[in-house]
Amino acid sequence: MSSTSTTSAAAEFSRRRQTPLQQVQHQLHGRPWLSPLFLLLVAFVAFFISTPTFLTPSSMGILLQQTAVVAALAVGQTLIILTAGIDLSVGAVMVLSMMVMASLAQDGGMPGLLALIIGVAFATIAGLLNGILVTRINLPPFIVTLGTLSIFTAIALLYSGGASIQASHLPRLLNVLGEGFGIGAFRLTWGIVVVVLIYAVMAFVLSQTAWGRYVYAVGDDAESARLSGVPSRRILLGVYTVAGLIYGIAAWILIGRAGAATPNAIPDANLASITAVVIGGTSLFGGRGRLIGTLIGALIVQTFAFGLSQLGVDQQWRVLATGVLVIIAVAIDQWIRKVKA
Amino acid sequence: MSTIERLPLTHDAIPDDRRHIYDADPVLTARDIGISFGRVIGLDGVSLDLYKGEVLAVIGDNGAGKSTLIKCLTGAYLPDSGAIHLEGKRVHFRRPQDARDAGIETVYQQLAVIPALDIASNLYLGREERRSGILGSVFRMLDKGGMEKRAGQSVQDLGIQTIQNMSQAVETLSGGQRQAVAVARAAAFGSKVVVLDEPTAALGVKESGMVLQMVKQLRDSGLAVILISHNMPHVWEVADRIHIQRLGGCAGVITPTSHDMGEGVAIMTGAKTVEDAA
Repeated sequence: MSSTSTTSAAAEFSRRRQTPLQQVQHQLHGRPWLSPLFLLLVAFVAFFISTPTFLTPSSMGILLQQTAVVAALAVGQTLIILTAGIDLSVGAVMVLSMMVMASLAQDGGMPGLLALIIGVAFATIAGLLNGILVTRINLPPFIVTLGTLSIFTAIALLYSGGASIQASHLPRLLNVLGEGFGIGAFRLTWGIVVVVLIYAVMAFVLSQTAWGRYVYAVGDDAESARLSGVPSRRILLGVYTVAGLIYGIAAWILIGRAGAATPNAIPDANLASITAVVIGGTSLFGGRGRLIGTLIGALIVQTFAFGLSQLGVDQQWRVLATGVLVIIAVAIDQWIRKVKA
Repeated sequence: MSTIERLPLTHDAIPDDRRHIYDADPVLTARDIGISFGRVIGLDGVSLDLYKGEVLAVIGDNGAGKSTLIKCLTGAYLPDSGAIHLEGKRVHFRRPQDARDAGIETVYQQLAVIPALDIASNLYLGREERRSGILGSVFRMLDKGGMEKRAGQSVQDLGIQTIQNMSQAVETLSGGQRQAVAVARAAAFGSKVVVLDEPTAALGVKESGMVLQMVKQLRDSGLAVILISHNMPHVWEVADRIHIQRLGGCAGVITPTSHDMGEGVAIMTGAKTVEDAA
């Protein structure tokens, strides 16, 4: 089977007849994160030329800190979108979890570790609830999470009374992810380290374990997956639960980053996380995409925001650019799905 | 071994070189299988014997109960009455997974392959193999290299030349190649019986030939093969025996030498009986 003489005429034929454009299509089909990576590099070069303060160690540190929370949320969002779902409740789950852990630990009310565990558990249960509604009552994920978006947001506001809790009222453990260490002027926070760990662990799980393979299979063709012996419903339930757990960790990162627990922190978290996933080359139709793409996608959105603000350009240009990118990303996805051997 | 009495066989209608297949007991037997859906009778007491190393084709008009019969044998339906024995042991399949665990693999008409996953991943979907040692037991790491190698071997065993790269996504394959992947999966894991539902329905002439070659390969490797098909030339080319379903019952079992295609179709449609035609 290694000898070239067994290669069929058909295989030879398809190899010869590829135009450069088809080769690009083929490359993108195998590595959908190549186009966002290219875009990220272009953005870096453009901002490097136009703003002297952009590509400096301190600026890069700030860029990463700004990206951390959305990048963490986008991991959970990627899992769900890979199963051909969508999660509109990301931000709400994170805020609920954050308000729970902050209120419990406020002014020494509860040890920081216990409050953290309960807060993350809340987020995990919220994810599990989404999963149960999707798999047991067979509601579309869009509707389920649209509903729980309102429910979790309302609970968070009712529970906190709409008031923020400043970092000074919280135990150090809940703030620690905002602290960090510097390598010269380049400052990293522990929150960034946690985000990198989340990506590393989940990238391993998705690419190296049977569970990860099932996530792709369920998202690509749920019926075929079921006929092949994949426990589809259990996988879906697991995906929503793990996503919830990740949102809980994102809540912890957010307290450190914002220096407070605020019920209306990051109001655009839902769309920002979906945008990062989509720009990162993950298909909204499920079954295709890589976590590395999501990380690049989150960086692209933040790079535009940061670079344009350094240029002193109106933030609305950033919003406009993000919208254009989303449409281009989905168009590219549609194109590469039509790949032929 | 088994206490189930065999259905009668017309030995003289089976070529000499194939007759030894019927010396052993049948691997799968079905007796008086009945199932109804509300007031509609799906199967009305159907019996069938399947032997190791043979291709048993199941033909019949639409609504004759071909698919229903196969679904009862592969765990998709639980029959209301009758008994199924696998290697002499009574079995009750409640889900397709039960039948699969017992060694009966089905290649569905819709193939049940995942387009975005590569060939090796598809072959091993639902029964992935993990690495040995701590990487497998603690970190649950898949043995990708090993599975890819064995997938390549499975495909090669079927004599498929056109698939070279096991890490190629299934969506980049042609219809025949996808069928080949589905058959290779069944062959790799079906230890006793492989059921193929209309494997050539969507294929061109050349690709159909390839699939029929695979069917013979499966049979020669000692598996019992059930082939459901509407394509009479294909059935007459590969089948050892042909089970004809009609109106929820079995109209008879013929062989490609005992009856020709025209007679087979006549029996299928009720224009003739097996005795008339013989």
